[in-house]
Amino acid sequence: MLIPCPHCGPREVSEFSYQGDATRTCPELTSTDVKAWYDYVYNRPNPAGPHREYWQHSGGCRAHLIVTRDTRTHEIHDVAFARAALNRAGEQA
Amino acid sequence: MVEYSALALLKNAFTGNRDWKQAWRKPEPKPAYDVVVIGGGGHGLATAYYLAKEHGITNVAVIEKGWLGSGNIGRNTTIVRSNYLLPDSIRFYDFSVRLWENLSHELNYNVMFSQRGVLNLAHSPGQADEYIRRGNAMRHEGGDGVWLSRDEIARKVPGVDLSPNARFPVVGGLLQPRAGTARHDAVAWGYARAADRHGVDIVENCEVTGFLREGDIITGVTTTRGEIRAKKIALAVAGNTSRLLQMAGIDRFPIESHVLQAFVSESIKPLVNCVVTFGGGHLYMSQSDKGGLVFGGDLDGYNSYAQRGNLPLVEEVMSEMTAMFPAVARLRLLRSWGGVMDMSMDGSPIITKGPLPGMYLNSGWCYGGFKATPASGFSFAWTIAKGEPHKTNAPFTLSRFERGNVIDEKGQGPTPKLH
Ligand SMILES: Cc1cc2nc3c(=O)[nH]c(=O)nc-3n(C[C@H](O)[C@H](O)[C@H](O)COP(=O)(O)OP(=O)(O)OC[C@H]3O[C@@H](n4cnc5c(N)ncnc54)[C@H](O)[C@@H]3O)c2cc1C
Ligand SMILES: [Zn+2]
Repeated sequence: MLIPCPHCGPREVSEFSYQGDATRTCPELTSTDVKAWYDYVYNRPNPAGPHREYWQHSGGCRAHLIVTRDTRTHEIHDVAFARAALNRAGEQA
Repeated sequence: MVEYSALALLKNAFTGNRDWKQAWRKPEPKPAYDVVVIGGGGHGLATAYYLAKEHGITNVAVIEKGWLGSGNIGRNTTIVRSNYLLPDSIRFYDFSVRLWENLSHELNYNVMFSQRGVLNLAHSPGQADEYIRRGNAMRHEGGDGVWLSRDEIARKVPGVDLSPNARFPVVGGLLQPRAGTARHDAVAWGYARAADRHGVDIVENCEVTGFLREGDIITGVTTTRGEIRAKKIALAVAGNTSRLLQMAGIDRFPIESHVLQAFVSESIKPLVNCVVTFGGGHLYMSQSDKGGLVFGGDLDGYNSYAQRGNLPLVEEVMSEMTAMFPAVARLRLLRSWGGVMDMSMDGSPIITKGPLPGMYLNSGWCYGGFKATPASGFSFAWTIAKGEPHKTNAPFTLSRFERGNVIDEKGQGPTPKLH
């Protein structure tokens, strides 16, 4: 499995570390909404299909990425820098 | 009554092995049952068996999308143990070991349960303390944890690298003598045959594609072979739990699906007489009765529904193997494969009524659901029949995550990687 890093090009998966589902949203840190925290900490959509997930190119440029990968085939549909993707999402929200 | 014997073997050899009685029927699904169990793996089959045997509920179907035993029940490294730290885990898994001890008789089917022992190697004083504490916890609950010194390990498992300048020097090990291995296929076949003999319909090549509901209540399933209604619908689909729950409208759940690989080498003469695990990384290994070394390590590490793994993990597992047993470096691998596992967020299973009315759920088996097969089937059948949990599965609720009552053996916090 190769992940195309926007800085470094396609690199072997063993250069990256996985940081899980990127669709979770953390409640406000001051929030006391137990249900929202429970959902954030424990629950996952766990789709069989395209999955938005964090990877870090820890053995390379060390950039944090958001990768959209099909969990059935490992086909990679999209790779973006996490910061840029998160900022975009923030603007839209 | 014995169904397989030396005489039967001989007789059938003379008639070209054409006259063996089918181990289980191939029935057409009926339109309705008292209970439909989704998933013909070890847990689904065991559940159906105990429903019939313990509770007299025989109007039951097990619905399996592939062939019987095509999931993780036929893909695991067959280790059975109850060497846990927390009382809830020890009680549940020790109950399972006790059921294993009588399983071949119970099913009249040789599941080849072999109590050859599981030895966890410790590689640092800190790890030794942790293992000894776990051994004491087991003994406290009436179990069998035995601490072995390096010399005792040298006598028991001569192949292990015990040299003081090994990369991860061995300081001792925790042995559970009653633990061991079993023949995984035979467990599926034995439960299937025994359930079938009680009248349970085992329906293979029948995929559940959705749920029927009246209001909030789940009243049946749609399948590739038509609609099937039931008073109670029980899910035992391992790595496909989230997929099935999504069909029922539950799109977030404390489980991730990950792939775990396993490996078997060419056959060699007897090398190890117990299961050995390597504490310098994560590796477990035993030798099958045919002589092959059967072993596995960590998850590939990212969400996966592909029933096969990638190469970096293969390399890691092989390097751990040769660190532990340098002599096997030149052995050839025969096969490797992967299975999709239901990784819960605290490393412990969920066996419960719900989450929707009419539904019952068995899931979250992480690395280790094979050893649980008898206890899981027994306690799940109890829960389905009585509408409340058996004392052994009462702690393994779904609500425990929200209540902060997790059963986290490692004390590591929420992650879908625990074993
Ligand atoms: C490589 C590997 C090594 C392992 N080693 C060990 C070990 O040493 N010791 C141990 O205790 N455990 C081990 N395990 C874990 C253990 O195998 C599993 O936890 C256990 O088998 C899961 O329960 P099951 O047998 O019911 O699952 P499965 O056999 O996977 O059964 C689930 C069934 O549900 C069916 N299904 C899914 N979706 C549908 C649908 N829509 N409709 C109908 N049917 C459906 C599947 O086809 C499957 O047959 C290992 C697992 C793997 C993959
Ligand atoms: Zn990079």
